[in-house]
Amino acid sequence: MLSKLSDRINPMDVMMFLIGGSIAAVILIGSALTLIHGKYSSAQWFDLLISGLALGGVYALIALGYTLVYGILRLINFAHSEVFMSGPFTAYFLANYLGQSGFLDANPVVGLALIFILAMLVSMTVAVIVERIAYRPLRHSPRLVPLITAIGASFFLQYFFRGLYGPNIKVYPEIKVLDAYIHLGIFRIQYTQLLVIVAAGLMMLGLHLFVQRSRVGKAMRAVSEDKDTAALMGINVDNVIVITFMLGGALAGAAGVLYLLMFPQVYFLMGFIPGIKAFTAAVLGGIGNIPGAMLGGMFLGIIEAVGPSLFLDGLGIPAPYQLKDAIAFTLLVFVLIFRPSGILGEKLAEKKA
Amino acid sequence: MKGKILLLLALVAAVALIAACAAPTAAPAPTTAPAQATTAPAPAAFKCTDKLGCIDIAPGAPVHIAYMFVTSGDNASLGTDTRYGGELAVDDAGGKVLGHPIQFDGQDSGCTAEGGQNAATKVAADKTVVAVIGTNCSSESVPAAPIITNAGLTMISPSATSPALTDPAKHQAGFLRTAHNDKVQGAVAAQFVYTQLKFTKAATIHDGSPYAQGLVTAFADNFKQLGGTIVDQEAINVGDKDMKPVLTRIAATSPQFLYYPIFVAEGGAIANQVRDVPGMEKVVMMGADGIFTEDFVKAGGKNTIGMFWSSPDFSSFGSGYQALVAAYKKKYNTQTLLGPFHAHSYDAMNMILAAIKKVAVQDPDGTLHIGKQALRDALYATDMQGITGHIKCDQYGDCADPHIAVYQLTSDQFSKNLMPETPIWKPGGPNYTYNPNP
Repeated sequence: MLSKLSDRINPMDVMMFLIGGSIAAVILIGSALTLIHGKYSSAQWFDLLISGLALGGVYALIALGYTLVYGILRLINFAHSEVFMSGPFTAYFLANYLGQSGFLDANPVVGLALIFILAMLVSMTVAVIVERIAYRPLRHSPRLVPLITAIGASFFLQYFFRGLYGPNIKVYPEIKVLDAYIHLGIFRIQYTQLLVIVAAGLMMLGLHLFVQRSRVGKAMRAVSEDKDTAALMGINVDNVIVITFMLGGALAGAAGVLYLLMFPQVYFLMGFIPGIKAFTAAVLGGIGNIPGAMLGGMFLGIIEAVGPSLFLDGLGIPAPYQLKDAIAFTLLVFVLIFRPSGILGEKLAEKKA
Repeated sequence: MKGKILLLLALVAAVALIAACAAPTAAPAPTTAPAQATTAPAPAAFKCTDKLGCIDIAPGAPVHIAYMFVTSGDNASLGTDTRYGGELAVDDAGGKVLGHPIQFDGQDSGCTAEGGQNAATKVAADKTVVAVIGTNCSSESVPAAPIITNAGLTMISPSATSPALTDPAKHQAGFLRTAHNDKVQGAVAAQFVYTQLKFTKAATIHDGSPYAQGLVTAFADNFKQLGGTIVDQEAINVGDKDMKPVLTRIAATSPQFLYYPIFVAEGGAIANQVRDVPGMEKVVMMGADGIFTEDFVKAGGKNTIGMFWSSPDFSSFGSGYQALVAAYKKKYNTQTLLGPFHAHSYDAMNMILAAIKKVAVQDPDGTLHIGKQALRDALYATDMQGITGHIKCDQYGDCADPHIAVYQLTSDQFSKNLMPETPIWKPGGPNYTYNPNP
């Protein structure tokens, strides 16, 4: 009887369970102590949550670009963080012009719309060019080959834009209308953050409807399922792939402008860190899965904003915000121990197995 | 079959290439030897006895002085400012030393440890380099100093100020600096806050870099000694953009004053977001020389009006400083100085040129021989009046005559994109009365 029990228990599983359990225990004890201690008011918690939601929305939009491409090509498009940088960096010059001429304060809606359109167009174009030059010729090579080209394309784009626009930091103009607050009782939200959350939400909804309801979306799902069969059914696989890159690029361009409305510094390496974070979010949600990317992005954003205060403050750890990334990646490990294919990754695992 | 022929062709080509490469080194040997014997019976040819070896510079060839500066990314203004300082010193020397043109170029060190290591490795591999000016950031100097030292070279940093770099236990023989030591800067900042602003509750933020950590520690030690309290010491990561969470945490300890001696991107993000956090609306901010740049003010936006910095005291600089600033603004077509360390870089270049003149052995045909150890010794023995003050090195590489002052940005300067050039307070100077909106 005992020997049977020990046969059934895999020591690796036990270890994993212990690691997961101790992470959960630290989180629970830390959160409880912080809340008992009561250092932060509920208004402050709300501020942190909104801050995290806004950042999470941006991560989610970028993560969608990774996940869409992965879903169709099984390729991690490492140049996506530069797609994210290219559009908003180009749109900076328009934004700066509109800001200095006073147009942006006089007509904020039209001004912002122009900035968004330009950024999305440029990012889209860059994404399509990268696909055409760096990925399409290698589509039938071993999977490692396009991965390496993706890294090469990423470096090329970084230094191309450095050469084009200069190595210095540039700063997006401030939009006065957005620098105000809506008050809801004791809570308050900055217009910028509200805009980011609403815009990110609308874009995700739009993408979801597009993929689920439109003909092209159906074709995308078909190609994602099986490229060869889809081609036999009369779907132009190349076109679908180009559309996927266009969608990912446009979302990244919009995400970039939203990001810059919150954190206005733009320069040629600005895509690197949000790109890595969004990739993490995509893995967390289950890469290849569209709702998963949205969920993963939101989750990561909120954990980064709230996590250090909530989990570590009560444990008396000094300077917890330095551990922000450590917390985010520990949680990634935690999630992957219990759900190796990501939060919503199950369907994918069945389908592609 | 075709493959084999191709392979053969490639082999032949490779052999030809190797032969071609080898030829120039092998061939001249027999021809030059007799030529030397006949045309130059000459004074006993130069023999290098220097224990680190010598650098030989042929007639007309340039004297190569390399820099390791941040020339791209968010801290580019810091590096560009020091590059300008070095270039202006070359201009003032007429572009020549001992009849040889001066070549001043170098590597981007990126203000990161990896960047510093890469730049130093590249510079150390270049056999024409005589001496090095750099690095900008202390994080770059930590890995760069041993590499430069082991290559027998000597580097002079115009702006790496961390106390750790000239700590007797860690100091590398090839590292000197014309920048001040942050033990001085941190003390001046603490003294200003406690005695002039009369604040007793301060919070600090560092970014994990040796520069910021050293400065925050120096500030906190001095502030506590004076009688103040450090209510919160926070840390962030390089690359962080969302500062609201960390600022919310600081707000919970209700400080009067926030000290963040970090770099442009993260410092700019803090300045940009600080007033959006409840409880931080009135907190007075101060940074240090690393963010005393135009780019930081751009990134921080209007919240930087009325903010303080500690930085080298321009008003204590020598008589040549006004001319240097004029030349700087004219040559680079700028209204404002990009950063605070151009004069330190100018002095570093002059130190090197003076040391080269002192130790170089010149053949009648103009060939220069510079002993590396001799050059290093000459740099340590420097005793000259520079723009930044009297430059005299101690055995651990601190050469500066450190004068630190406090600056404040006025709304007028902000609207014209200018940086303050006149300090509002310096140790021992007249008292300052706090004005939140100058």
